[in-house]
Amino acid sequence: MTHRHFQEELDALKSKLVGMAGLAESSVRTAVEALLERNEAKADRVVEADNTIDSLEMEIEDKAINLLALQQPMARDLRQITMSMRISSDLERVGDHAVNIAETVHWLVEAPLFPVLPEIEEMVRLATTMLKDALDAFVRGDTRLAREILKRDDRVDELHENTFRILLTHMMEDPRRISAGMDLLLVSGNLERIADLATNVSEDVIYQVEGRVVRHHAEEKRTG
Amino acid sequence: MSTAIQIPPGEVELEARDLSVLYGGTPAVRNVSIAIPDRQVVAFIGPSGCGKSTLLRCFNRMNDLIPGAEVTGAALFQGSNLYGSGVDAVDVRRRIGMVFQKPNPFPKSIYDNVAFGPRINGYKGNMDALVERSLRQAALWDEVKDRLDSSALALSGGQQQRLCIARALSVEPEVLLMDEPASALDPIASQKIEDLIYELKQHYTVVIVTHNMQQAARVSDFTAFLYMGEVVEYGPTEGLFTNPKEERTEAYITGRFG
Repeated sequence: MTHRHFQEELDALKSKLVGMAGLAESSVRTAVEALLERNEAKADRVVEADNTIDSLEMEIEDKAINLLALQQPMARDLRQITMSMRISSDLERVGDHAVNIAETVHWLVEAPLFPVLPEIEEMVRLATTMLKDALDAFVRGDTRLAREILKRDDRVDELHENTFRILLTHMMEDPRRISAGMDLLLVSGNLERIADLATNVSEDVIYQVEGRVVRHHAEEKRTG
Repeated sequence: MSTAIQIPPGEVELEARDLSVLYGGTPAVRNVSIAIPDRQVVAFIGPSGCGKSTLLRCFNRMNDLIPGAEVTGAALFQGSNLYGSGVDAVDVRRRIGMVFQKPNPFPKSIYDNVAFGPRINGYKGNMDALVERSLRQAALWDEVKDRLDSSALALSGGQQQRLCIARALSVEPEVLLMDEPASALDPIASQKIEDLIYELKQHYTVVIVTHNMQQAARVSDFTAFLYMGEVVEYGPTEGLFTNPKEERTEAYITGRFG
């Protein structure tokens, strides 16, 4: 039996985190849209939303520390609270990457139009879906989904490498495209990091539910 | 001393002003000033002998019963001095109830335990309703409603303690003082008492003395740390347990005392 009032606080912490996750996810989508549409107003919205994400991170941390200090949580409750802190700091990083992407829009507006690579489009789709699924896994405590997300990260890494090679080729052919090419490379790097953060969240979900550490391939090492 | 808690005027329920208590000339509480807000839970923590129980007992004049105890300064309830001339200690104890460490039900039925106080006070209303309401408020009703005529002594320790809380509530007090109310109980029974304290603050001001810091952290809104008869630090519980202002508080709550 848990304290009723402690359970309420845990639920409040979770819903705050879910709200923050929704904001981070929509920031990434808006940033990418802004990029594809060369829409500066949309890019500005991402920068503004980041302030809210930042303050939510601090609120969640504060709430989590108070719960640790005042309620002395154990087992699953302890894991939920510590993972909430970690997930919220990952989400804060996701917000920062969205801002990085949004900021390139201002440069690309002036640069000669660069064909948007299908690789980048696929990365956008994969990274945002991974993020969304990681949060669904968190909300539902679904470790099967979380494990499945971990596998998708390899494809994103591969796409990032391909993008790098393709952009490099374009830039070597036509030096006027270097500036825009570098920006797109940054976008690709940011998307790759967002996918990594989604895998971090998935790993934290597995730890929260099962108490098993799967970070740094710990699970594979154990099974040999 | 760091005792910066802001209470809006008119919301101070209990207050000690420069209060000292001496037992046979030896001070147990030294010049304590502390204000307790209405309908909040305040916890007193500190090592054995720090004066926390003595301070608590001043608020319903229980120290009057201890030979050789001498109280100086003022203890105020809703602005008037509890030790003023003409103040009836029995009336004080009706408005400011107390629950003790060991459950002490009367050797009577469950019903009569709760009805005892109201009968003595000449309660004229519907006694059955009052008993039920008190037992419900103490989160005991569902467990005893079918055996109100059984002896209170047949209840478990945790149930007996909740019965004592119901008994204290039956005379419709405004404040509930609790002196280590859960220290004689097992963890599950303690948790029920803690849940109950959280519910009670909707209607009552609760002051709890506990040597269990974690319990103070879980149940209280404000915490006072006492040491050697003085209030070392008093403030919102969250702040006191996550970032205390005084080094002695930090040392005590992190277990590095002395």
